[in-house]
Amino acid sequence: MNTLALKRSGAAWLSQRPSGPAVLGALALAMLLSLVWASGQGAFGLPLRELPAVLASALWPSAERSAAELVFFNIRLPRLVLAVAAGAGLGLAGALMQGLFRNPLADPGLIGVSSGAALAAAFAIVLGSLWWPEVPLALGTWPLMLMAFLGGAVVTALIYALALGEGGTRVGIMLLAGIAINALAGAGIGLLSYLATDEQLRNLQFWMLGSLGGARWEAVWVVALIALLSALLALRLARPLNALALGEAQATMLGVPVERLKLLCVLLTALVVGAITATTGIIGFIGLVAPHIVRLLAGPDHRWVLPGSALLGATLVLLADAWARTVIAPAELPLGIITALVGVPFFLLLLRSAHARTL
Amino acid sequence: MKAAPRSLRSLPPEGCLSGFARPGAADMTAKAIAAPAHLGRRGWLAGGVGAAALLAGWPRSALANPGTRPARLITVGGSLTEAVFALGAEAQLVGTDTTSLYPAAAQQTPKVGYMRQLSAEGLLALRPDVVLALAGSGPPLVLTQMRSAGVRVELIERRHEWDDVRRTVQAAGRATGREAAALELQRQLEQRWVTVRARIQAHTGARPRVLFIMAHGGSPLVAGRQTAAHAMLTLAGADNVISGFNGFRPMTAESMAAAAPDAIVTTTQSLQAVGGESAFWRRPELSLTPAWRRRHSGAVLLHQDALALLGFGPRLPQVLEQLHQGLLRV
Repeated sequence: MNTLALKRSGAAWLSQRPSGPAVLGALALAMLLSLVWASGQGAFGLPLRELPAVLASALWPSAERSAAELVFFNIRLPRLVLAVAAGAGLGLAGALMQGLFRNPLADPGLIGVSSGAALAAAFAIVLGSLWWPEVPLALGTWPLMLMAFLGGAVVTALIYALALGEGGTRVGIMLLAGIAINALAGAGIGLLSYLATDEQLRNLQFWMLGSLGGARWEAVWVVALIALLSALLALRLARPLNALALGEAQATMLGVPVERLKLLCVLLTALVVGAITATTGIIGFIGLVAPHIVRLLAGPDHRWVLPGSALLGATLVLLADAWARTVIAPAELPLGIITALVGVPFFLLLLRSAHARTL
Repeated sequence: MKAAPRSLRSLPPEGCLSGFARPGAADMTAKAIAAPAHLGRRGWLAGGVGAAALLAGWPRSALANPGTRPARLITVGGSLTEAVFALGAEAQLVGTDTTSLYPAAAQQTPKVGYMRQLSAEGLLALRPDVVLALAGSGPPLVLTQMRSAGVRVELIERRHEWDDVRRTVQAAGRATGREAAALELQRQLEQRWVTVRARIQAHTGARPRVLFIMAHGGSPLVAGRQTAAHAMLTLAGADNVISGFNGFRPMTAESMAAAAPDAIVTTTQSLQAVGGESAFWRRPELSLTPAWRRRHSGAVLLHQDALALLGFGPRLPQVLEQLHQGLLRV
């Protein structure tokens, strides 16, 4: 009796679910509001109400640039843009991975791109000084970013190759290979951190915890461009991913080129997460949490889940980073700590809520 | 509205360095400051001239202050903070890093975080004129952003030698505008240093074989070569029993037995973290060492404040003397 009532109320709730476009609109609005709010947050006393003056002085430059302008355009704004790009990219990649694996546990790290990037970064930080003692290797330096990106790409390619079989890519094998290779990369990072000096260990540790502190315009543009292009491409995958949700055979019968879809998903994720991780270090949980929340709000249709995850991911990273750079100002907390610290309990709460039964 | 894209584009990507400063002058100063040991007095002169050119070349930048009031100073590195206090210039300190624990008043200043994870906006919020930091502070991008905002960034190298102290005091003198006081402090420290070193070198007995242990939370680590601890043991006339590796590593029972130290040096903070001397000796790894057998003599476990012992700051001559005195009783 009781369960029946629950089922009925669940069904009623399902029918009342807000439409996809409405959810997207709300998420876009939330992102814009967070963007505006976050642009007034920071250690430097530059509140929101002074921003119009700063923007105006940038449009009509005077001979002398104020400290506020310097701080806003060279430190705060690139961080905000990077937060949007990184959050959107991670959310999108998470949605792609969960769609591809048809598994709500999947996150972008699963295909090895994060752990590969981390291993390469550890390698560069610890052993790089032996070969290139003059090259600075810390978060936000070019050689480290390049190494991390290549590491992510190589490990993703390895996992993809392992999953290739006679009838095409076996997604189950990819999942298992991903877990195994991630463990292997973890061991490699452990070994390297044992060899590391105190200084290298600290650099490595901060890299693994993630931070937007390395936001410089050159890097931010690259990440933003990659995130934007990936988003445009990924949105075209919404319908094929909806078909894939029914199963590979069914998707093939519906005329979806399943192998190409898998390859595209993996490529896009590797590209966008690789670029983000190389710039920011590892930012956990956005890729896992954002698609879940959107699915709870708008249902499993990828036409809404993909763009919604990008918008929500951007919002979450904007808020988390605003907190990271103000909570212990003038110092700042690593961003990865906050995304996990706030993201995980929230996520657990969500799982316990009645809505989760529709997952 | 047409002006918008142009003015935005005119923002140089790397902060706004090229818009304001002469990159050449900045490089020159940075080099002169980064490698002072090779350059000696002429290097310092060049550095000073470079810094002057740098400051003069800066068109009334928003944050730099052309010397009408004492410079606002952020120190990153405990020994640098100590030097500023030793010069009596602590009123100029607007921020210090988390390793600046001595003197106690240094803990009251706003904390800019750990030296390798500084925040550009956080530092600028304190509106400093000078950031005085140990080499290795960063991330490098943050230092670049500081420079492009018109803040003078001075990096001081650590080579674990007497010259570190000299460089530290000189840099603090320059940054605070108290060059004369710095010279005087340096003279006093030098005198004490020469006396202590002469006493240590005059000592003809066997060099004690010593192990350095650090246990600031987590498992205890022992100091190998290329560490500040190794340098201090050597300066104090002792031999570090660990010579097989560089840096700090966890200690294992067998390697402790093989190393066979006569005495152990640690930091006061380690003893506190472990819970006192008797708790310290309870580590099973130590029970196979000669030092352990004499643990009740009270002479084989020496400890000093971590920053004084390993910071190569103004307290170096004093702590070296105490360390030597302690080792004499081993």
